[in-house]
Amino acid sequence: MSGSLLTQDKRTRARNAAEARFRSYGIVAIILALLALVWLLISILGNGLPAFRQTMLTFPVTLDAAVLDKADTRDPQALAKVTTITYGKLLSRALSAELAARGIDAGTLTDKDIGSLISEESAAQLRDKVLGDPGLIGSTITFQALATGRIDGYYKGRVTMETAAKDKNTSPEKLALADKMKDAGILAMRFNPGFILLPDASDKRPEAAGLGVAILGSAYMMIVVLLLSLPIGVAASLYLEEFAPRNRFTDLIEVNIANLAAVPSIVYGILGLSFFINFAGLPRSAPVVGGLVLVLMTLPRIIIPTRAALNAVPPSIRDAALGVGASRLQTVFHHVLPLAMPGILTGTIIGLAQALGETAPLLLIGMVAFVKDFPSAPPEGLFDPASALPVQIYNWTTRGDPGFVERASGAIIVLLVFLIIMNAAAIALRRRFERRW
Amino acid sequence: MSLSKATVSALALVAATSMAAEARDQLQIAGSSTVLPYATIVAEAFGEQGSFPTPVVEGGGSGAGRKKFCEGVGEDTIDVANSSSRITQNDIDACAAAGVTQIMEVRIGYDGIVFASDINGPDFALTPTDVYLAIGGKIAKDGALVDNTAKQWADVNPALPKQDILAFIPGTKHGTREVFDIKVLEAGCKATGAYDLFVATSTEADEKAKEKDAATKCHTPRTDGASVDIDGDYTETLARLAANPQAVGVFGLSFYENNTDKLKVATVEGVVPSVETIANGSYPVSRPLYIYVKKQHIGVIPGLKEYVSFFVSDDMAGPDGKLAEYGLVPDPKLADTQAAVEAETEMGPLN
Repeated sequence: MSGSLLTQDKRTRARNAAEARFRSYGIVAIILALLALVWLLISILGNGLPAFRQTMLTFPVTLDAAVLDKADTRDPQALAKVTTITYGKLLSRALSAELAARGIDAGTLTDKDIGSLISEESAAQLRDKVLGDPGLIGSTITFQALATGRIDGYYKGRVTMETAAKDKNTSPEKLALADKMKDAGILAMRFNPGFILLPDASDKRPEAAGLGVAILGSAYMMIVVLLLSLPIGVAASLYLEEFAPRNRFTDLIEVNIANLAAVPSIVYGILGLSFFINFAGLPRSAPVVGGLVLVLMTLPRIIIPTRAALNAVPPSIRDAALGVGASRLQTVFHHVLPLAMPGILTGTIIGLAQALGETAPLLLIGMVAFVKDFPSAPPEGLFDPASALPVQIYNWTTRGDPGFVERASGAIIVLLVFLIIMNAAAIALRRRFERRW
Repeated sequence: MSLSKATVSALALVAATSMAAEARDQLQIAGSSTVLPYATIVAEAFGEQGSFPTPVVEGGGSGAGRKKFCEGVGEDTIDVANSSSRITQNDIDACAAAGVTQIMEVRIGYDGIVFASDINGPDFALTPTDVYLAIGGKIAKDGALVDNTAKQWADVNPALPKQDILAFIPGTKHGTREVFDIKVLEAGCKATGAYDLFVATSTEADEKAKEKDAATKCHTPRTDGASVDIDGDYTETLARLAANPQAVGVFGLSFYENNTDKLKVATVEGVVPSVETIANGSYPVSRPLYIYVKKQHIGVIPGLKEYVSFFVSDDMAGPDGKLAEYGLVPDPKLADTQAAVEAETEMGPLN
């Protein structure tokens, strides 16, 4: 053996080179993953952020009693007979009157064409407003109406004068009129709370589609999942980890739990359909059924980390508690469970986050549906039809109107925000309360 | 302790679950994804009038919808099945076995099936013969059946663009495919003489079976990649077309009409597809759309009859109605349908 320790021999150089190569593979892998993430975020944010802003028309509307309440009695039943078609005509007339008053030349466009710039949803919103407060009839109110999807798309770059010429749903004249209204201050892009608060809308009104029912439905399902899977999961893990004898039967249970965690989620949907709906007679499309199906799916995913957390509590703590005379129940509930709680909560939150993003099991129990009415408050509301966030994304991606592309991406942003909040909470809990021994 | 509280509330929830047999007050509808946009437009407008809650509308496909429809009678079964193809005898038998004996068949209008290509590409003027020669599995050549080897549309018909053949057609689970098979592929197959050759070479025993066998063979497109089945929705076809601008895709008329800025429609036998040409029958590739109503639920589930009457009313399904604006081809015999719904006429045996 010759040579200095300070000069590397051939084998050392080869080993060092191998390490350098391995590090560079790792860096390349991370860069690839980051690039994929950045590309995903750019495409989603680019497509989806416009959904949070909406083109709106603001103009005065005279709620003419002769049109809305012919008998002039303000009788709620008579008022309810007036359909949205009447309100739609009222809005078109009000808008063209406003244009005339402001001296805006609508060119060859008729009242009906001008009305077609206003979303059909606005007629329904005006009707709801009047039915909610019949005293408004006879007065003039300033009304904020949604512009149709094509006008909105024009200001978001989706529609241009060239495409409008080929489009039977709009025309360059209408876009030109929209530009004039923008100059006059009637039309403006505003923040759109309706995207979060309004329910879904049909293919004819992409501008009015919102996530209200989906967010509520997801929240209801998460309540069911949390209330059922946390106590059942924790109780099952405590028994298996602290009390159960080790024999072939508990081994079998263990294998099954691990197995169930890997079962594709659609299988739980099939189970939910045959058991909860066909056998137990629960209603279709209801969050309670969706929640119960997700409970089944989440349970093994909660039991596994919970058992790991219980297992991580050192035996010395149990021994010490038992040594000073605590019963086994007291040992578990006074010492082991509190110490394992951060791990359990982390596992639960991650399980919930997974359940929040599931679509497949909801397909068979009728939640992948068009639901327009809000479910009522829980507990009754759990049995009313509702949608869910991932379902709403799926539904919107299959719609024909190009306006829904932006909506679907916007909904993905909302879902991602919820997931980030949940996962961040899980990490924060772990950081703050986790004990190492 | 919070854990025991949570457990108690969970138990209460389970108890509430087991006694949940409360009456359903909104309609449940499922079926064809072609009818889905029309059904949601009607459901939305129906709910908006305030007398009844907005019906819940699911997609899932015509066959799946009819299957759910035939699961039985009662609150936990759906009330209306949307279908882009007619109900089959199998479905009717399954319905009868489950106690669904009174079915109303309501034709809501017609849907056109169109060929469309990238807006910046060349124009296509197709006939069923061209389409069959381009994407049929085996074609007739000099009195014999040979594998289809056409490379470009111009090879099929010199009047067509010199462009590689690539067609996106609906997958076999779609109701649209059935119409495409019969009205395009089978028509082209018969016109080119391939059908007769299929019958002649069939190994089936009797004449009927031979014809059936020949039709099935006509419906089989080539498998060398020139014809691609799309199992997803039209949005997928559109995305594939954006990635392959030289391709031709099959769409529903309403989908095309909502994406006229991206798609250029092909004529079929010289006729441009539109609501008018389909309504007067000059555009050959169209089909009726149906909703099937469980008559036994009328009077049980509130709003069922009102919903169906509203669906076929002039404001919705009529020539100036909201559905026509979206692309539904109005039924010229709508008045008969309205009368049949009013009288709650059940459907007769299939002919």
